[in-house]
Amino acid sequence: MGKKHWNTHKTLRNTLNHKPQQIVSLLTLNNISCQKGYNLLFDNLSLIINSGDILRITGTNGSGKTSLLKILAGLNTSETGTIYLDDYAVKSEEYQQEIFYLGHLGSLVYELSCLENLKYLMALSQSVDEPTLINALAHLGLQGYEHEYCFKLSAGQKRRVILAGLFISNAKVWLLDEPFTALDSQGIKIVELCIQQHRQQGGICLFTTHQDSALKNQKILAL
Amino acid sequence: MNIYLQTLKRDLNIAIHNPSSVLNSLLFFVISVSLFPLAISPEATTLAQIAGGIIWVSSMLCVLLSLNTLFYHDFENGMLEQMLISHHSLPLLILSKIAAHWILTGIPIILLSPLLGLFLFLDNEGIKILMFTLLLATPSLSLIGAIGASLIIGIKNAGMLLSLLILPLYIPVLIFASSAVSQASVGLDVNAQLYFLSAILVLSLMLAPFVSSMALKISLE
Repeated sequence: MGKKHWNTHKTLRNTLNHKPQQIVSLLTLNNISCQKGYNLLFDNLSLIINSGDILRITGTNGSGKTSLLKILAGLNTSETGTIYLDDYAVKSEEYQQEIFYLGHLGSLVYELSCLENLKYLMALSQSVDEPTLINALAHLGLQGYEHEYCFKLSAGQKRRVILAGLFISNAKVWLLDEPFTALDSQGIKIVELCIQQHRQQGGICLFTTHQDSALKNQKILAL
Repeated sequence: MNIYLQTLKRDLNIAIHNPSSVLNSLLFFVISVSLFPLAISPEATTLAQIAGGIIWVSSMLCVLLSLNTLFYHDFENGMLEQMLISHHSLPLLILSKIAAHWILTGIPIILLSPLLGLFLFLDNEGIKILMFTLLLATPSLSLIGAIGASLIIGIKNAGMLLSLLILPLYIPVLIFASSAVSQASVGLDVNAQLYFLSAILVLSLMLAPFVSSMALKISLE
């Protein structure tokens, strides 16, 4: 009886896509530095980011915001220092599993439909079923566009397809590079709400933006 | 569905929606083969002698032409970054992309080759061996080509560089494959060539995905 109850609970949780109560996790950056050509963008950057932290990275163009996110995503390598999520070092399988990274490039193939694009993007990090994907697209106002080819969408809609991934991702750490570009105010609100929910569930979110963000509880890292 | 099969399916899907990228190189293959009789001689004995070589050289250039697009689009739209940071095995993801490339270029070449062989008066035994060498060696072409394609990513107009990098590695395949075809048409044994082609296939299958994934990591940094 007890087991059955647990099973129903688990199914319910999966359909609602709620994450289980998480143990507090820490993203630790120790003495990170980044050099591009002859320019030292930043060095001696040490940070501890707790569960439930929203960190907004600010700075002028070329100050290394994107580079920092790429280093944290495991795409680039830091010249010095270490990065750990709990006990797992960057680029380890366990670390990469907890990362959801959205670059400023669209990650969209124009010859495929919204659904196919989102499905593949999410499949790279976790297993997903179609209703969840359609539901996530609907959250961002793309119902009816699931089977539309991406080249027919506007710039903002293309951005929304990728951002729909936020409603699905189980990753603890979100790294969002300019998530609000091309979005209208309503779209920004939806994404901010999603980040807020992620925070409440113990997730970590680092993002860069040039727009003003009304996100509550955000901390700012100025590069 | 497993992510590697999904990658394969996705690449095939993209090609179906954008067939010009694939058809372009195949058309080049057919055209270049069909120009030789006009330029050299329409005589059956002359053409039959050089048919294997013509078809092999053309198919190699066709594969080379199609390699530019292997990683380029995924690099442009940022999907390659997502593959790199995914916790799945990058060499296997690349292998799936290479498999899709082979299905889209290698298989059509193999299917077209008997037709072009007949066109160049190649005898039945020659056509059989030609198809067999293509089946054995076009996967090697895609695999070895992937190494070059991943090295030139991020460099503008690097088609020339790709040819310089890749053609020397293609030469052994060309030598063994075309000599197999010409020996088969005069009734000689071709086992040695086929063994060499198989060895090259196994070697490239084992190494190319790993080398290519390392090259991609360097190129994207």
